[in-house]
Amino acid sequence: MYAQLVQSEGGKSRAEMTPREIAFQERIDRGEKIEPKEWMPEGYRKTLIRQMGQHAHSEIVGQLPEGNWITRAPTLERKAILLAKVQDEAGHGLYLYSAAETLGVSRDELMEMLHSGKMKYSSIFNYPTLTWADMGAVGWLVDGAAIMNQVPLQRTSYGPYSRAMIRICKEESFHQRQGYDIMMKMCAGTPEQKAMAQDALNRFWYPSLMMFGPSDKDSVHSAQSMAWKIKMNTNDELRQKFVDQTVPQAKYLGLTVPDENLRWNEEKGGHDFSEPDWAEFFEVIAGNGPCNAERLGARVKAWDDGAWFRDGLMAHAGKQEERRAALRLAAE
Amino acid sequence: MSSEWPLWEIFIRGQHGLNHRHVGSLHAPDAEMAIRNARDVYTRRNEGVSIWAVKSNDIVASSPSEKGPLFEPSNSKVYRHPTFFDIPDEVGHM
Ligand SMILES: [Fe+2]
Ligand SMILES: [Fe+2]
Ligand SMILES: [Fe+2]
Repeated sequence: MYAQLVQSEGGKSRAEMTPREIAFQERIDRGEKIEPKEWMPEGYRKTLIRQMGQHAHSEIVGQLPEGNWITRAPTLERKAILLAKVQDEAGHGLYLYSAAETLGVSRDELMEMLHSGKMKYSSIFNYPTLTWADMGAVGWLVDGAAIMNQVPLQRTSYGPYSRAMIRICKEESFHQRQGYDIMMKMCAGTPEQKAMAQDALNRFWYPSLMMFGPSDKDSVHSAQSMAWKIKMNTNDELRQKFVDQTVPQAKYLGLTVPDENLRWNEEKGGHDFSEPDWAEFFEVIAGNGPCNAERLGARVKAWDDGAWFRDGLMAHAGKQEERRAALRLAAE
Repeated sequence: MSSEWPLWEIFIRGQHGLNHRHVGSLHAPDAEMAIRNARDVYTRRNEGVSIWAVKSNDIVASSPSEKGPLFEPSNSKVYRHPTFFDIPDEVGHM
């Protein structure tokens, strides 16, 4: 998912809660939505800012690996589709930033936290996109994993977050389908094209499994987030669902999932599979993945290079406003 | 440090004959750019036939703490609903 290792604040037992906090928890338990100006525990607010901020940053940084292929898409139609997909991701970032801002953090503050490394984005976007088949693998696997996480979040307790997720989910299935469509074409192509598709799957399989984050079944943070309904499932549940959904899709393509331990387990009604390399995951999160410096560098450069433009438009808007005020005065 | 673009609330009329509905917000330097950005952010799939942009600062909202005094008075006025009145079947549709 797009929010990994989000530390939640709180974790109070019922006995430690104030009456106000108990009433708040009861509203959530009843399925009520919490809206921006309503009272909420400070921990709920802070945890949400962290999670939504990380989610928004992931949408924005997530444009970079795909943006890499816009000018090199194999056909004009593929180029238009990829452009539309990447533009959607910009939209997703904007919905989520706006939703986070209702909690009292400003857009500039969120940007600053991304650029300084104080806030993270999903580890998946620190991997390179080396061939056109990677556009297929990203849509199919990365958007597929994101959907796994985003669909239940439509029911999250915070109103603006829930509404943003509903909009996002409506747009995501196009993303996954266009990716799978690329994979189908590659797999029906020449042996070299099929080999490229297999290579893309090989490289994106484990990083996709990492998107859900390490097992959190014993984590207090996760338990608190789940009580607040800002996390709806454990990381393991979602990862299992993702594997079970994806394995038959790979089979249809005639591709091999790069895991020799992968097999159907009749008893649990799901696949057994190998865990990704969590040491690698923590390295990537710590900033040492293959593309961390490049991704963050591109974001900081875009922000810095755009400063004159943002300031210019503000100055223009200010002047227009002054002119209108002068005209109003003259008319009086 | 640059000054942040103000926040606008965006309302979209989805189809002719429907009300404008709040869909979210965005930052823009002025009204014209707010409409343009809203077109790109909120209507990429034919979601609208008309856009309103209102500066968030200009919106006056009722406060959650007033919920009781504002809305409870209407709870007791059930006679405002047609179902409060029993009309015999013989009278026909009313
Ligand atoms: Fe997205
Ligand atoms: Fe995405
Ligand atoms: Fe997507």
